[in-house]
Amino acid sequence: MATLIRERRVVRDSWQLLDSQSCLQVGEDGLVPDFPDAADLVVPRKLWALRRDDLLERRGRLGLRLEADDEVAEVASDLEHFALVAVDFPKFGDGRGYSTARLLRERYGYKGELRAVGAVARDLLHFMEEVGFDAYDLRECEDAEEALAAFEDFSASYQKR
Amino acid sequence: MYRYDQVDQRLVDERVAQFRDQTRRFLAGKLSEDEFRALRLRNGLYIQRYAPMLRIAIPYGLLSSKQLRKLADVARRYDRGYGHFSTRQNLQLNWPKLEQVPDILAELATVQMHAIQTSGNCVRNVTTDHFAGVAPDEIVDSFVWCELIRQWSTFNPEFSYLPRKFKIGVNGALEDRVATFVHDIGLHAVRNSENQVGFKVIVGGGLGRTPMIGQVIRDFLPWPHLLTYLDAILRVYNRFGRRDNIHKARVKILLKERGVERFRDEVDAEWAHLQDGPGTLTAADVAKVEGRFTRPAYEKIGTDPISGISEMGSVPIFRAWRKRNVHGHKVPGYASVTLSLKKTGVPPGDVTSDQMDAIADLADRYSFGELRVSHEQNLILADVRTRDLPALWREARALGLATPNIGLLTNIISCPGGDFCALANAKSIPVALAIQERFDGLDYLHDIGELDLNISGCMNACGHHHVGHIGILGVDKNGEEWYQIEIGGNQAPASLGKVIGPSFARADIPGVIEKLIACYLERRDSEAERFIDVVQRIGVEPFKEYVYGHAHPRAARSPRQLATA
Repeated sequence: MATLIRERRVVRDSWQLLDSQSCLQVGEDGLVPDFPDAADLVVPRKLWALRRDDLLERRGRLGLRLEADDEVAEVASDLEHFALVAVDFPKFGDGRGYSTARLLRERYGYKGELRAVGAVARDLLHFMEEVGFDAYDLRECEDAEEALAAFEDFSASYQKR
Repeated sequence: MYRYDQVDQRLVDERVAQFRDQTRRFLAGKLSEDEFRALRLRNGLYIQRYAPMLRIAIPYGLLSSKQLRKLADVARRYDRGYGHFSTRQNLQLNWPKLEQVPDILAELATVQMHAIQTSGNCVRNVTTDHFAGVAPDEIVDSFVWCELIRQWSTFNPEFSYLPRKFKIGVNGALEDRVATFVHDIGLHAVRNSENQVGFKVIVGGGLGRTPMIGQVIRDFLPWPHLLTYLDAILRVYNRFGRRDNIHKARVKILLKERGVERFRDEVDAEWAHLQDGPGTLTAADVAKVEGRFTRPAYEKIGTDPISGISEMGSVPIFRAWRKRNVHGHKVPGYASVTLSLKKTGVPPGDVTSDQMDAIADLADRYSFGELRVSHEQNLILADVRTRDLPALWREARALGLATPNIGLLTNIISCPGGDFCALANAKSIPVALAIQERFDGLDYLHDIGELDLNISGCMNACGHHHVGHIGILGVDKNGEEWYQIEIGGNQAPASLGKVIGPSFARADIPGVIEKLIACYLERRDSEAERFIDVVQRIGVEPFKEYVYGHAHPRAARSPRQLATA
């Protein structure tokens, strides 16, 4: 997690990101993994759907992970429970997450941390920030300090005029 | 011409710096081939069969003489002294060096040009009528709307990684000269009964390996809503367009799978949230863009605008040129002139640096320093005084740009084909040249009348063969180049050609075209009945028989299957 950029700064990350494999294997009810009660957890939408009450009882903060094909409207009414929403980019050229971010920010008024995860590359940061992301879980191969320069690539935008 | 403001210029300059850095990182091994590919494509840079290819944007086909001189200069210094105008009104350089492309882009930025989004899975260069702003049948000046769309689409963060490329065409006149029905989105300006301007919105057309005619999803979209409605369409496409199969990723496939009603409902549901939102255009927004276009200062021309022409009236070749290459103009005393880039012996759409310089001079002296690129790969001087036509004709003729063949068989649309393109199954240019040679006789050509002949070197259909009255498609058969022939395609009203039967070797193509023409000449009612009219009236069958003889066993089989084999 050393490669997290949040609000244009390289930071240490306190969140635990769960993926579907690690917490949805055991039974159909899904498993809330054995993290300290105060740990901040980002959970997949499926786990949220299955174990909502258990998750809400924990002391730690809660985040939601959306896959590229998750329907934002279906979680819109739950957004108040999340301090973080992570949107997955399955690959460099898959742009669905940009629309997801716009919908979260503009249609559903989500104000918490919006984090890009998955194929998060330096050359995509500018667009990601423009649609409302403020945190970026960069790929292993990226140098976070170098990547900060990408936010300065453009000093204007037609869409914000 | 649209003149950049500070933001336009800054974005282009910053883009050059960004791409220079991306190129540097790629050459240093810090960017993978795949990722650099996605980045270089949206700067117009392909890696082709023999060399890179750089596609330079000419937004909506509008070009100044100064820009054309820069293109000539760039082609001379960084390439082999020529360029190729494409069917999307852009210019392609076929031999640049990858490491010099950032320098080329920097040169272009000095004349308000770039290669932004000329390729890649994003919104491409928006195209329009090459007679925009001057056409006698104008409804609106489509350049202004194109520029608004250009700004909306340029670096649009939400729509920069779409499932596939996305092409928008805008037509602002009564006649559709943009082929709006074969675009991902076609916009056709209309006026309602209260004389308000709006757009008919057509979605899901396209050529390529699955050619389709677009469908109207809204008959009248009032102009203030243009961009929010585009947002809605693109958002539905971005979210739900297929990403599992590159051949099924265009919006036409989504529209087909959903059906037009469901697709329209989804767009409308999305639009309900966006309508009247911040993206809504105001009269001030439109006026601001309109104000950045320079307009020709037309002379008030008196009673005898054609005095210079009468003395030339007896020169047959001038008459032929005037009939084919000179077009009506909304201002009395002016005409638009097509400089044909389809001279026999020259690859369609190709122009040398020296010619570019000379054309820039013609534009300065005869047409307010501006010109347009047509999607038929010719150049247009849009604002020529009719009294200057004879002088312009003499000069254009000396430059090899006055071939009187606009709208005729030898005005061939062709992709670069296997001579350059890595995707091509077969060469296109030699086929075009062989046909032009066969039909070089002027009287014969004019007797045949209007005929669009389009050639693509592969099923990606860059040469628009599906909408040629005669379309030729290069196919690969066990490693050999063969050519399939379609007839009955049309740009507007759009129709797709039908394959006439088994494919031919390259050497046979001119002969086959001759047979098709012979059949047409025999069957037409009068000279007024064009080739396409005859195909539509009598069908493909008589032409088949003419070409293959009777009852060819393979000719009867489903033709479209052969096209995609």
